[in-house]
Amino acid sequence: MEKTTIVETGFLGAAVLSASLAALILIFMLFLGFPLFRGGYFLTLLTTPWNPDKGFFGIYPMLAGTLSIVFLSLCWAFPLSLGASALISVIAPTGFAKFCKKTVQMLTGIPTVIYGFVGVFLLVPFIREMFASGSGMSILSASLMLSMVISPTMILIFTDTFESIPASYSAAADALGASPVQKLVHVILPYSRRGIFAGLILSVGRAMGDTLIALMLAGNAVAVPGSILDSARTLTAHIALVIAADFDSIEFKTIFAAGLVLYVFTASLILLVRIIGRTGMKNR
Amino acid sequence: MKERFIEIFIKSFAWLSGLLLLSVTFVIIGFLLVKGVPTLSLSLIFGDTSPADALLLRRQVLEGILPAMAGTGLLVLLAVGMATPVGLAAGIYLAEYSRGNLKSFFSLFYDILAGVPSIVIGLFGFSLAISLHHYVKEIYPCLLISALALAFLVLPYLIRTTQFALESIPAEVRLTAPALGATKLQNIAYVLFPRSLPGIASGVILAIGRCAEDTAVIMLTGVVAAAGIPGSLLSAYEALPFYIYYISSQYRNSYELQTGFGAAVILLIICACLFLTAFYLKNQLMNRMLYRR
Repeated sequence: MEKTTIVETGFLGAAVLSASLAALILIFMLFLGFPLFRGGYFLTLLTTPWNPDKGFFGIYPMLAGTLSIVFLSLCWAFPLSLGASALISVIAPTGFAKFCKKTVQMLTGIPTVIYGFVGVFLLVPFIREMFASGSGMSILSASLMLSMVISPTMILIFTDTFESIPASYSAAADALGASPVQKLVHVILPYSRRGIFAGLILSVGRAMGDTLIALMLAGNAVAVPGSILDSARTLTAHIALVIAADFDSIEFKTIFAAGLVLYVFTASLILLVRIIGRTGMKNR
Repeated sequence: MKERFIEIFIKSFAWLSGLLLLSVTFVIIGFLLVKGVPTLSLSLIFGDTSPADALLLRRQVLEGILPAMAGTGLLVLLAVGMATPVGLAAGIYLAEYSRGNLKSFFSLFYDILAGVPSIVIGLFGFSLAISLHHYVKEIYPCLLISALALAFLVLPYLIRTTQFALESIPAEVRLTAPALGATKLQNIAYVLFPRSLPGIASGVILAIGRCAEDTAVIMLTGVVAAAGIPGSLLSAYEALPFYIYYISSQYRNSYELQTGFGAAVILLIICACLFLTAFYLKNQLMNRMLYRR
């Protein structure tokens, strides 16, 4: 009896320990970035430029860099993923669809650093030649490669949603003589709205959290980008680049602000997905 | 007429996206293989040192990528070794002991942890090292801290796969042992856990892959460009993905660049093998679920 209680307490302990990690990370960011939050300095930090020589340590350029790379990569990845999942779930013949799905699953296993590496030696020179501007390290290059990184997961979420429509709906559409494309447009897509939205939000989180692609391909300039051919620095890349600085400097403290912003963004996205999921349950 | 036009448009768009995705994949992998496979040789791994000397640690490998491979290996072993017991125990708790609100409360935290960007986990590991340094002078960002941070990174995946594997066990299996008088813990230890091993194993293997490929976490927690094979848990180390990143930005000559391509191919092969094994085990689990119906 004794032993049983110990083991079961162990299970509970592990569960609590793991859950508390999520809270502990937030507390650490808040605690170490604390000097920044006194006197409402935090909001100023989010809206001012970065210029250490003049005493400006704002992370606004990084925020702008992150948002523009994430937005642009979703602009490429979302239609691509939607099209590819339609192909896999509805349009392609079974054998080819299976092959595509296997390939997409394999793609989720490719290390991000490899996408970055190929990007540096293949995509960046290509962009440089094509637009004849600068080094080729730009928001455009980073967003193109990032869309390759996030597409596989998005496609898998979409195909799972498409394939989870009730058999009776599918059969009803078939019985009315709908073609596969008509079934897709009038039955599958309306039914999967919620799943598509959830997949999109999860991909935003993934794109925002990615460090390597932006670090390797976006050029890391600390100015607010003006066009998609400009170089930019993301919040994640900022953390990776500043970590070597002096521990006591304000410069160093800003990375905790960047970490905090990333944490709050991704956690809110997770909450949003949960809320969508819950309302979805009620409606059905 | 309009209906027909829309149909053709959607069909061609879907085919176009699918083929675009496949061809980009083909170009990326093909580029890497064409550039990287010719560089694969023993000297890529061992440099000028003879393999026997290098493996017996009699001589340091200076040119080759053996230290990076050893670093990644140790890192994976430590991180997964630390995360697995905790992840499995938490997964068992979540699947078998928690109900209702408590369960969704816990899973919310795991989802948030899974969503935290890896660089933020790395920053957390780094802060942890700095905080511990105040008490124990020997602790700097090092192999141990990196492994700990990576363990945090993969913990939610392990918990979720364990939970899913346990919950997918059919009711007739789940109820047999208790009906014969087994306690809940006996049921878990002798029936449910062994039954869910393929699913759990695939989760562990995916966690290994995640640890082997992650660069952002280790970048902040102690990886360096040149350290040799790590001598202790508290020393700096090299790792394969960081080496690839480092070469892409800092290579000095074409030889170094070549080793970068070689290292990328090796990392790709390692991850592909891990992934295929996990996939095979997962399919076994799926088959079992299908037979249930």
